[in-house]
Amino acid sequence: MAVQSQIYAGAFADPVFEAQSVFRTLMDCFARPGTIGRLASAASPPSPLGRASGAVALTLCDHDTPVWLSPALSKSAVPQWIAFHTGAGMAEAKDEARFGFVETGGTVPGFDQFALGTQEYPDRSTTLVIEVEALKGGQPLVARGPGIKNEIVVAPKGLPDVFLDFWTANRAIFPRGVDLILTARDAVLCLPRTTRLAIEE
Amino acid sequence: MYVAVKGGEAAIANAHRLLADRRRGERSLPSITIEQVVEQLGLAVDRVMAEASLYDRALAALAVRQARGDMIEAIFILRAYRTTLPRFGYAEPIDTANMKIERRVSATYKDLPGGQLLGPTFDYTHRLLDPSLLGDEPVEEVALKEPSEPVMRVSDILDGEGLIEGDGEMPEGHVAGDLTREPMEFPMARDLRLQALARGDEGFLLALAYSTQRGYGRTHPFVGEIRIGEVEVELELPELGFAVSLGVIRVTECQMVSQFKGSAKQPPQFTRGYGLVFGQSERKAMSMSLVDRALRTDEFSEDIVAPAQDQEFVISHADNVQATGFVEHLKLPHYVDFQAELDLVRRMRREYETAHGGEDGMKEAAE
Amino acid sequence: MDATPEQAPPAPAAERREGMRLLARATLAELSAAWEAIAGKPEVAPVRGPETGLVMVRGRIGGGGDPFNLGEATVSRATVRLSTGEIGHGQLLGTDKERARLAAVLDALFQNDAHRPAVEALHRRVAGRLEAEDRRKAEETAATRVDFFTMVRGED
Repeated sequence: MAVQSQIYAGAFADPVFEAQSVFRTLMDCFARPGTIGRLASAASPPSPLGRASGAVALTLCDHDTPVWLSPALSKSAVPQWIAFHTGAGMAEAKDEARFGFVETGGTVPGFDQFALGTQEYPDRSTTLVIEVEALKGGQPLVARGPGIKNEIVVAPKGLPDVFLDFWTANRAIFPRGVDLILTARDAVLCLPRTTRLAIEE
Repeated sequence: MYVAVKGGEAAIANAHRLLADRRRGERSLPSITIEQVVEQLGLAVDRVMAEASLYDRALAALAVRQARGDMIEAIFILRAYRTTLPRFGYAEPIDTANMKIERRVSATYKDLPGGQLLGPTFDYTHRLLDPSLLGDEPVEEVALKEPSEPVMRVSDILDGEGLIEGDGEMPEGHVAGDLTREPMEFPMARDLRLQALARGDEGFLLALAYSTQRGYGRTHPFVGEIRIGEVEVELELPELGFAVSLGVIRVTECQMVSQFKGSAKQPPQFTRGYGLVFGQSERKAMSMSLVDRALRTDEFSEDIVAPAQDQEFVISHADNVQATGFVEHLKLPHYVDFQAELDLVRRMRREYETAHGGEDGMKEAAE
Repeated sequence: MDATPEQAPPAPAAERREGMRLLARATLAELSAAWEAIAGKPEVAPVRGPETGLVMVRGRIGGGGDPFNLGEATVSRATVRLSTGEIGHGQLLGTDKERARLAAVLDALFQNDAHRPAVEALHRRVAGRLEAEDRRKAEETAATRVDFFTMVRGED
């Protein structure tokens, strides 16, 4: 019963309007990379999936989007929770996933292990949802690119040291590549593949 | 110069009101109900479901009523509606061997287990207009008879002797494609072709099927079996770990037995075409099975010599929603495009007249 | 019933599965009457839906070969939780969300020992009706079976 209640509980109370509101925030944040968006609706997914990551899953995943979960998330009630509330099944391999989720402190795999799309269909790539300790207070990075006037400084806290290398490699294969949603508590910060990041000098 | 124009709002609104009026028709007559359409125009409903690729009798009947009986318009409306709904999953494949049979005939065997069951067929009617249907005369009660033996699959009879190819296997590890999710690409695998044919226009497929009989890609077909009846639709529920029944749907299945083939590795045997359609529609199922067989040129190393064998031609033009969209868009304003064409033809005329100016001038002068 | 052997669930699940099959075929009137007749009704809270969506119906090439996608069907479904803790799922063809919700409620009640007999009575009622309908249709079809006879021809 305990596992069962975890699976069936914690979704949006008003699925249509709450998903629309989260979608709007995500869209705005992808249009303005580096800005922090606070989600008006949050989910209460089974641990260790965070509230904002859960809301992203409820909003974006559906029957046609296989999901990859980190080892810790796979072992929890999260796969069944996502399957029940969104209809999404688990991807057998990272490069078959349309969405990938990593919990706070979980190992972030190299981005090139995920689906990167093709030259003809660059949209057929994975969107990674990575939860971090905080969206501020980490190593400051200067972000430039479409949707950013001049530049903006982002400083997510708790990303692996290799993050910048991963991101630079991802940027280099444009138009292919993954898109990134960083989450912490009830907030999100989006980095589309068009955004260039560099250490602040 | 590009000039944007606006207008017609009032005209469109009034046209829609006029459409609603004409749809309702003479007010002294009772309005037709959805239930009446479902019950009394059931085969129109079936065609709309099949070609809209959405099984829902009530919604298909609504579409028929809304479209004033224009089938392609009804199909279009229902196809558009399906795009507003989320996908819950892929059902388990239906089991047509376990169909609750309402009609079953075979043209290849007279005496076969289960027999020839005619069901509610138009065959053997004299196609004479029936004046009794002008009114509302009472209809005779149907005859009843004790069902005898179970109905066997005709392909299994031939298969028992090894004289016919198997049901149809895709290469190892092949995942059934879905036209509603992936863009079309050619060459297209047989599973995807069947999906496209199942929702293809009945008239188009009928014409292609007819063309194969007239020699354009001949396959020497026989109806092995046509069966119509209800099958259960089951969906696996991940939260329960087993499949549950959602109810039953009526389908029509046609097994077409065709010309034999053999190779160095395989003795000669009959080949097959397959048709499966939502609702009761054996003309469509038969046409589909003939076209399915005709399109299997690669499997049997047949030369593509006729339209029905050309998968890009057949599949790209079978969908009547696509076809009607592209043909009918021509009536929408093309004022600017046409203006450009007009300018071009005027310029060409001027150039022509300049080049031929001398001659024309002399002729005119002479006259 | 129509269970395919390789996917038949273990015994208790098999009963629930068969019950769900019958609930999917029950009319709104049958479902409402069964729910009305429940004594000491628990509270019902929605977990998911009721909602209408699509299921892709699949066929098999040649009838028994590899699967292909035939076309979609409308499906309505609901998941509910009873105040007594049971979770019930209802899913059926068509757009009738109230039928799906009631089917979910009755599936949940089926798992509750106190209410199970009432749901089983509904199962029997629906099964009886379906059996009669199927039998009638089979008899109608059987009456259209062709009895061939051979004409005697020639001298002898």
